[in-house]
Amino acid sequence: MLKNMRKNGFILGAFAISATALIVATQFLTADRIATQERNELLRTLNELVPPEQHDNDLFSDCTMVHATDALGLREQPVYRSRMNNEPHALVLRTTAPDGYSGAIHLLVAVDMQAQIKGVRVLQHRETPGLGDKIEIQRDNWILSFNGERVRSENDARWRVRRDGGMFDQFTGATITPRAVVAAVQRTAWYAQNNMDTLFAAPSNCSGEPLVSEEQPYEY
Amino acid sequence: MSTEYQNLAKDGLWENNPALVQLLGLCPLLAVTGTVTNALGLGIATMLVLVGSNITVSLVRSWVPNEIRIPVFVIVIATFVTLVELTMNAFTYGLFMALGIFIPLIVTNCAIIGRAEAYASKNNWYHSAFDGLMMGVGFTLVLVALGALREILGQGTLFAGAELLLGEWARDLKIQLFSFDYPLLLAILPPGAFLGMGFLIAGKNWIDGRRKAKLAKAPIEKAQRARVTTVN
Repeated sequence: MLKNMRKNGFILGAFAISATALIVATQFLTADRIATQERNELLRTLNELVPPEQHDNDLFSDCTMVHATDALGLREQPVYRSRMNNEPHALVLRTTAPDGYSGAIHLLVAVDMQAQIKGVRVLQHRETPGLGDKIEIQRDNWILSFNGERVRSENDARWRVRRDGGMFDQFTGATITPRAVVAAVQRTAWYAQNNMDTLFAAPSNCSGEPLVSEEQPYEY
Repeated sequence: MSTEYQNLAKDGLWENNPALVQLLGLCPLLAVTGTVTNALGLGIATMLVLVGSNITVSLVRSWVPNEIRIPVFVIVIATFVTLVELTMNAFTYGLFMALGIFIPLIVTNCAIIGRAEAYASKNNWYHSAFDGLMMGVGFTLVLVALGALREILGQGTLFAGAELLLGEWARDLKIQLFSFDYPLLLAILPPGAFLGMGFLIAGKNWIDGRRKAKLAKAPIEKAQRARVTTVN
């Protein structure tokens, strides 16, 4: 009996050890490639907002973490800084709209030195497929309507969806999603234009922060 | 010899199809079949895990005592899922992001441990590999059929986002069958998956029923010429 238990324990242990060894080996072989993939994905989105010819610094590493709960959401968010000949050129901020139709919407907002929006992209969301997901650039051009706009005051009334008397279209069947995105972009842009100098002066300390948050949709 | 392969193929693809007959692995099946690309990606991942775990379970079956076989199967399956997950993360990053949590969830797909227990632990490795392959293909075909159904009804497209799975050249594979202002939301959301799955199962049963009726009809007519009654 005892001998049998010992034998089974030994076999089970041997399986666990060899399985772990196999996974460690694979992890070791793929780690570099995975890091490159994540970095490329981030750079691709960043370069969509700030084209490579407009800056000469490494956007990926010229990045500072900021904690601005009112403007950017609860978590610490990275702010990427684009410079040309060491002159500040634009900020790319990650921000969160907490009030989407089904949870938080994670965004990337680029603001230039004249406080103009250079572009906005959605990083991650769980909005209704076919309705709210028109905020994705792959599905609709709506997100481009922010380009070139400017926030004039903290409560700029133009920064609403049309139904609320503002200048941004809502979607037929989905008002909550664009409303949340418009409000988040407004807060972020206002924060950026009022903290330009501080944000550009802050030290780089991002250390490969993942672009997309680790939370996964567990809804099914 | 060849009949064993034929039986395995028939079982996996039709008679004992993991999705349509055994109704196993429904969680990923219903969740990721919004598009053909996602369905195909998860189907292939599941198939790789099935083949790998079936081969391994079959190879070690003589060393594993009966009492600890289930934990050993779980270790083997979890290992293969992790390997597939890491590989997809490294080589098909876009698809990895799209499938998200459903790749690790392959571990919980009962079809896999079911095949390990029911077939691989009792048969040699090459038959087990073929069994895994056929069960995987059967599962993938159902996923893709459901994905196509939902993608056509919901978005009016086919193969949208194929470049995530196959690389940049596949961007042109996308077919816009028709477009509409209001997508058929029911098809895209989870209820559409349940309804579509119901129709697929009903379709399979209908075909089986017709085949059975045909087979049953012929001999009865020959035997009882005098008085033909309807079957059932």
